[in-house]
Amino acid sequence: MAKLILSMDGLVLKEIGLTKERTSIGRKPHNDIQIDNLAISGEHAVIVTILNDSFLEDLNSTNGTYVNGQPVKKHFLQNNDVIELGKYRLKYLNESATGAAAADFEKTMVLRPGALARPPEAAPPAATRTAADTHAGMPGLATQAGPSTQAGAASAPPTPPTFAPAAPAAAAPATTPSMVPPTQPAPVAQSGIGVIQILNGASAGRELELVKTLTTLGKPGTQVAVITRRPHGYFITHVEGAQFPVVNGKTLDAQAHALADHDVIEIAGVKMEFFLRT
Amino acid sequence: MSLDLSSVLSFAHHSDAGMVRNHNEDAVYVIPRLGVALLADGMGGYNAGEVASGMATALIGSELERILDNGPLNPFGPNPAEAAQKVLIQEIGRANAAIYQAAHSQPQYSGMGTTLVAALFFDNAVTVAHVGDSRLYRFRDAQLAQLTRDHSLLQEQIDSGMISAEDAKLSHNKNLVTRAVGVDPEVEPEIHAYPTQAGDVYLLCSDGLNDMVGDAEIALTLQTLSANLELAAAQLVQMANDNGGRDNVSVILVRVLQAFPAPRGWLQRFLAWLK
Repeated sequence: MAKLILSMDGLVLKEIGLTKERTSIGRKPHNDIQIDNLAISGEHAVIVTILNDSFLEDLNSTNGTYVNGQPVKKHFLQNNDVIELGKYRLKYLNESATGAAAADFEKTMVLRPGALARPPEAAPPAATRTAADTHAGMPGLATQAGPSTQAGAASAPPTPPTFAPAAPAAAAPATTPSMVPPTQPAPVAQSGIGVIQILNGASAGRELELVKTLTTLGKPGTQVAVITRRPHGYFITHVEGAQFPVVNGKTLDAQAHALADHDVIEIAGVKMEFFLRT
Repeated sequence: MSLDLSSVLSFAHHSDAGMVRNHNEDAVYVIPRLGVALLADGMGGYNAGEVASGMATALIGSELERILDNGPLNPFGPNPAEAAQKVLIQEIGRANAAIYQAAHSQPQYSGMGTTLVAALFFDNAVTVAHVGDSRLYRFRDAQLAQLTRDHSLLQEQIDSGMISAEDAKLSHNKNLVTRAVGVDPEVEPEIHAYPTQAGDVYLLCSDGLNDMVGDAEIALTLQTLSANLELAAAQLVQMANDNGGRDNVSVILVRVLQAFPAPRGWLQRFLAWLK
C-alpha cells in the first residue's frame, strides 16, 4: 500500500496510508488530510488511488501544488516523489514498486468487469468501454495462489507435434528491482563503443560505429551477418546466405559469436576489423 | 484436401521463461500449412497458469486443424472473412468453457485463466481474435502497427485520458487484464480482419515482450532480420531478457511471402484438390 509522510521543516508530523480512492488535502476540517495553515487552500489538492497507482491533482489552489520542485496541475505519483504545499511536504512512498514485492505484483491477474469502483472524475463519458464494465463494485481480483514451487511442463491435453511448450529456464535472481524503461537501449557495460573498420576493397578505411542494437553487414541475398549490441558486449550472428561469416580465419556456425577487441571479420569477401573505442 | 499455405507463409516462434520467473506460463502453437498461429499467456497459482494457456492453445489448435482439414473455409460467401471469424469465435468459446470447467472442478486449478491472441491466415487476409493483453503487430513498409488493443485496466485508463501513453510505462497496474479466457462461463473475444500484402511480417507476442522492448527496437529487429525469421524471433526474446526479462516472453512471427487468394473457379478448386 502506498503512503504519505507529512512533514514541515524536516519534522515528521504524520504518516497517512492511501487506503481510500480519493484522499483530499486542504485547510478545511472535512479533508482527509487537514493542514491548518493559511497558505493552504480550503480544498487544495486530491490524490486519486487506483489499485497500485496514485494520481495527484491540484484543485486550483491559491498557492499551487509542487512535486519535486515543479508546479503541477495533475501528476502521476512515483515512489519517493515529494509533494510541497506551502511549507509542508508530503513524501509519497509506494512499497509495491520496490523490492521483492514487485515481482509478485507483476503477475498477470484478471480484473473482473465492474470489479473496480471508479472515481467519477476518473472516468469521463468519452471512455470507450462496454456497458458491463461500468458497474461499480468491490475490488475483486481473481485470487492468486501461493508462490510458484516448481518448474514443469504444462500438463495440457493432447499435444500435437506443433505444440511448443516453452522450456522452463533456470531461475535467476532479479537484478533490478526498479522498473525498467522499455525504450532505453541496454547500456553496454564494457568500456567503449564498438566500431567496424573496413580493411580491403573500394571502401577500405571506412568506419561504422555500432550504436544501434542491431547492425547488419554484407550483401542482402548473398551473405548477411548481424552484429547485436548487448549489455555485456557485441555478438555476431549469421543471417542469410550459404556462406557463414569468418572471424580471425575461423568460419562461424549458426550460433552467436562474442566479438573481442581487434577481431577480424570477413563477410562476402570484405575484411573488416572490430574494435572498441573508448 | 485443404490448401497448403506453408509455401506462402513463413513461421517462426520462440518462448522463454525470462530472467526472473522460474517457469513459463506462456504457450505457443502454430500450424503453418493452415495459416494458424496461437499464443496464450496463462495466469493462476502453481502450475495452473500454464495449464490454462496450454489448454487454450492445444484445444483451439487441434479443433481448427480438424475443421480446416475437413474442407477449406467457404470463400464464396458475401464476406469470406466471416467464415474465419465464426470458426475462431466458436473454438475460443469452447476452450473457454473447458478451462472454466477445469478451474471449477479441480481445486488446484481454481482461478486459472489465460490471455489469447489467435491469427488465422486465409484468402489474402488475417483474421485476429484476442482476449486480454497479448498482442498482434504488423510490420509493413518499415512501419510497425499494433493491430490489437489490450483488454487491460491500463489501456482503459489511456483511453479515458487518465494517464498518458508515456506515463503508462511507469504504471504499477500493467498486469491487470479486464478479459481472460477461462475465468467466466462466457468470454467475448475481440475479432477483426485485415487484408495482407506480400512482404508483411506479423508478430504475436505476450506482454513479456512489449513491456521490456520498445516499439522502435521491435521494428528495427523485424526490419533487419526479416530474412531470417528464426533469428528475428530469438533476437526479440533475447532483447526482452537483456532488458531485465521480468516476465515470460513469447513471440510468433509470420511472414507473407506471396499473395494467397482462396481458389474460386472450379478449375482452381480442382487443381487445389489435386495438390
